Amino acid sequence: MDIVGNVLPQVLKDEATEDKGEMARLQSFVGAIAVADLVKTTLGPKGMDKILKPTGPGQEMTHITVTNDGATILKSMYVENPAAKILIEISKTQDEEVGDGTTTVAVLAGELLREGEKLIQKRIHPQQVIAGWRIARDVALKRLRDISTENDIESQEFHNDLIKIAKTTLSSKLITTDRDYFADLCVKAVLRLKGSSNLDYIQIIKIPGGTIRDSYLDDGFILKKQITIGCKRRIENAKILVANTAMDYDKIKIYGTKVKVNSMDKVAEIEAAEKEKMKHKVDKILQYQPTVFVNRQLIYNYPEQLLADAGITVIEHADFEGMERVAAATGAEILSTFDAPERRDQILGNCELIEEIMIGEEKMIKFSGCKKNEACTIVLRGSSIHILDEVDRSIHDVLCVLITTVKNRRVVWGGGNSEMQMAAACDEEAKRVQGKQALAIEAYARALRQLPTIICDNGGYDSAELVQNFKVELEKGNLSYGLNMNDGSIGDMKELGVKECMRVKEQALLAASEAAELIMRVDDIVKCAPRKRERA
Amino acid sequence: MSLAFDDYGRPYIILREQGSKKRMKGLEAYKSNILAAKAIANTLSSSLGPKGMDKMLVSPDGDVSVTNDGATIVEKMEIQHPTAKLLVELSQSQDAEIGDGTTGVVVLAGKLLEQALTLLDKGIHPLKISDGFDRACDVAIKHLETISEEIDIQANEHEALIQAACTALGSKVVSKRKRELGKIAVTAVLDVADLNRKDVNLDLIKIQTKTGGSVEDTRLISGILIDKDMSHPQMVKEVNDAKICLLTCPFEPPKPKTKHNINISSAEDYKKLYQQEQQYFVDMVKLVKDSGANIALCQWGFDDEANHLLLQNNLPAVRWVSGTDVELIAMATGARIIPRFQEITPEKLGKAGSVKEVQFGTSNERMLVIENCQCTKAVTILIRGGSQMIVDEAKRSIHDAICVIRNLIKDNRIVYGGGSAELACAIQVLQYADEVSSVEQYAIRSFADALEGIPSCLADNCGLNPITSVAQAKARQLQENNHRIGIDCMELGTTDMKEQRIYETLSSKKQQIQLATQVVKMILKIDDVIAPDDY
Repeated sequence: MDIVGNVLPQVLKDEATEDKGEMARLQSFVGAIAVADLVKTTLGPKGMDKILKPTGPGQEMTHITVTNDGATILKSMYVENPAAKILIEISKTQDEEVGDGTTTVAVLAGELLREGEKLIQKRIHPQQVIAGWRIARDVALKRLRDISTENDIESQEFHNDLIKIAKTTLSSKLITTDRDYFADLCVKAVLRLKGSSNLDYIQIIKIPGGTIRDSYLDDGFILKKQITIGCKRRIENAKILVANTAMDYDKIKIYGTKVKVNSMDKVAEIEAAEKEKMKHKVDKILQYQPTVFVNRQLIYNYPEQLLADAGITVIEHADFEGMERVAAATGAEILSTFDAPERRDQILGNCELIEEIMIGEEKMIKFSGCKKNEACTIVLRGSSIHILDEVDRSIHDVLCVLITTVKNRRVVWGGGNSEMQMAAACDEEAKRVQGKQALAIEAYARALRQLPTIICDNGGYDSAELVQNFKVELEKGNLSYGLNMNDGSIGDMKELGVKECMRVKEQALLAASEAAELIMRVDDIVKCAPRKRERA
Repeated sequence: MSLAFDDYGRPYIILREQGSKKRMKGLEAYKSNILAAKAIANTLSSSLGPKGMDKMLVSPDGDVSVTNDGATIVEKMEIQHPTAKLLVELSQSQDAEIGDGTTGVVVLAGKLLEQALTLLDKGIHPLKISDGFDRACDVAIKHLETISEEIDIQANEHEALIQAACTALGSKVVSKRKRELGKIAVTAVLDVADLNRKDVNLDLIKIQTKTGGSVEDTRLISGILIDKDMSHPQMVKEVNDAKICLLTCPFEPPKPKTKHNINISSAEDYKKLYQQEQQYFVDMVKLVKDSGANIALCQWGFDDEANHLLLQNNLPAVRWVSGTDVELIAMATGARIIPRFQEITPEKLGKAGSVKEVQFGTSNERMLVIENCQCTKAVTILIRGGSQMIVDEAKRSIHDAICVIRNLIKDNRIVYGGGSAELACAIQVLQYADEVSSVEQYAIRSFADALEGIPSCLADNCGLNPITSVAQAKARQLQENNHRIGIDCMELGTTDMKEQRIYETLSSKKQQIQLATQVVKMILKIDDVIAPDDY
């Protein structure tokens, strides 16, 4: 019904709803802030973890995830609120783009909206707020870029920067106690890539057992497979042939073929022919004179035996990624046809030693001294699979950040320093801007300061006091100061060696502002009727 | 009444199953229709103009999109009311024909219907109203043409085009970067435009989205970007002076369409068939290689063995290229699409300066860029943004901007925005109304009021007092005889739209007024709605 009491005709479908103006805005704010509040306790070195329990019949207690990673938490959540979904979306994008700062981006967007809500209650038009935020974002971004420093990629300083960044990233994770160890490990792994950003070449193998400290970076490359029974377990100066070919029964691919015979003899003949064909294939493989044969697909007993007879070590059923890594590490070409033995030198991969090793209970194959040393392996040990999963996620974050740093090279001080400096820049700008936008710029600064505040709160420190003191230090000109979360004080980040990757901060700032603006602009939410699903 | 009586007084039914049907007649039907249509217009009206707000739409599957584009909003709203659906189509036909102004047209229709409602209350017959609207519409269109100005699209590095694109982008979430995006859109359109024929083939502009980065990172690639990578991880990642072989047949043994069986009845058959199969792959690759091609793009998949043969022959290849991409590449590189391996000839190859793989983000996603194509200059706009919703909305916005630029290249006449054109028409229509001596006079006058509704709606969205600002603008238009006075939405301190450089195309404005009038006339002709009761 409208205001004067006319009955309005139903325009939308049944169950579809439309919320306008205040109601729509309220919904967006509530949803977005709820999501931000949910993940904000995981922020910072003293942040807490969450347990994620899957729903659905039969798996309530299985596959539990314990994590501190914002993207993982948000991805696994089922939310209905559209604004909350936007926050989840930016967190995912952050994960894909830079790999870390996934919590920061959601929290920053949430805090911006919390400030935005207050401004709207003061009857400031959303477009005015957005106009202010846009100014503030530019100012903040400029300051962020100004305070960042760059070191030459070959220099020792840059190497130190990388280690510091890795430590900072790790400090908020489960393995914070061993962060020196892991920081070194990750930096070594990334530097092996020699500037390439292909994370696929760093393999992470998780094996329960031992302690986290027992994890290590292997110089060589480890394939989580076994050498087929009856083959040599240790090969020196191996020539490796990497293949992706059918070694089971190798069916004929011409469409519509069918065996139709009229006597048992014929069956036997065809069987022989089939065997002959396989033998032929093996012979062709042998022409390359490899000492090791790695195939992506299954290898049946017959060809396996033929190869073993020729003294070749066979590794079957390597998955696609594993195979690509073997190829990358040893410089082999992945073969599917075997008609060019004259190109043997280009095709075969080399490595000094292949051996079967035992990690924990599991047998693995280790390739050491490879020709192209690009691929490497991080072996993670830990007391339970949940811990290993979390360590895996942490290491992944660190590797992503490091790769981003190698690409971008700009670094800033950590400990909330960059946020506070950006906030200060916004405050300065607010003094110069005429009109209502200035309020929005101040609000932006407050939202930025919320990040160090939350980090303090999570650590159980007096956030109001710390952040204020922090502000004063910056005002005094101590521009490298930041939060020291070890003892809850303000300290010089230069001494503590806390650095962060500028690109991560930049992306978080951009994505959070864009998302907050997007949500702020909405004055009407139309929800279509949910699709009916047949329950199986 | 759906019940009638025959000569003997027995009742008979005219409308079958009338008990289960809902029926509305006469004034009740008019009003219900108008109210439904108005509900849609009301939803859209707050999206109008540079300070317009966005709508958040949740699809039946729970996907969220946030948009300011009228056509997209009404399309995703799942409207079921029959007359409201007419407005959906109205917005979509504006989108198909012009590409921009999809919100404005619905808002105008809403304002017209609002006026019609009061006229109906006065007891004026609907047909008289629609006649009046029709005549007023003619007057308005004529006046639009007289006040339109031709602009020189070439002058000053296409400044006029950029401004028009900025006007279109001004109301969207990307408005902060409207100048940059406007330039990208203008360059893209001019790159592919045929200025002699005054036509633009929009198919040549590919808009590709990729989340990550921010809207600032959006850029124009003078080539084609396809979301695919090389079929074999060890193929070369970059080909210069590419000779492209464009295939629509899979690198697999042929599959005849006729249903058939090949029976293997002896070992010889088996061997022969095996050899034949092997030969297929060798022949296929040989045919491609012999033609002189150094890269193969295929719409279908590759068999593992064929894939490796390609690698061995140093022939980088891409599989599963989508059909639209294949056509685009064919157009741009001058390649002929080859449906059979036997038909590959050197003349059918396309040429491009380079084909290379580029990588994004940490998740190792790769895309292929084809640059410096031989024939037409196909271009790609790669849109970046912090989330899927942003890039989707940016894509829609850039599409609007591109449409505006195309329209200007086709017809370089413009009118000024900010509601000034509508106001000028309203004044003209009002003058005309006084000369009409029949009942239509009222309808014509109402038409003028409805036109004024657009600037008033703009002012409302910008937080200005709608009545005061429209009154002021109108008075100034009359006093100064200046049809460029509109609403100062951006608070730049001037109401002269020429100074603010708010350009809209004449074709879009004309189309808006005509389409809105047509739909309103149609709605006014409905006096009886029969529908199943249970929808």
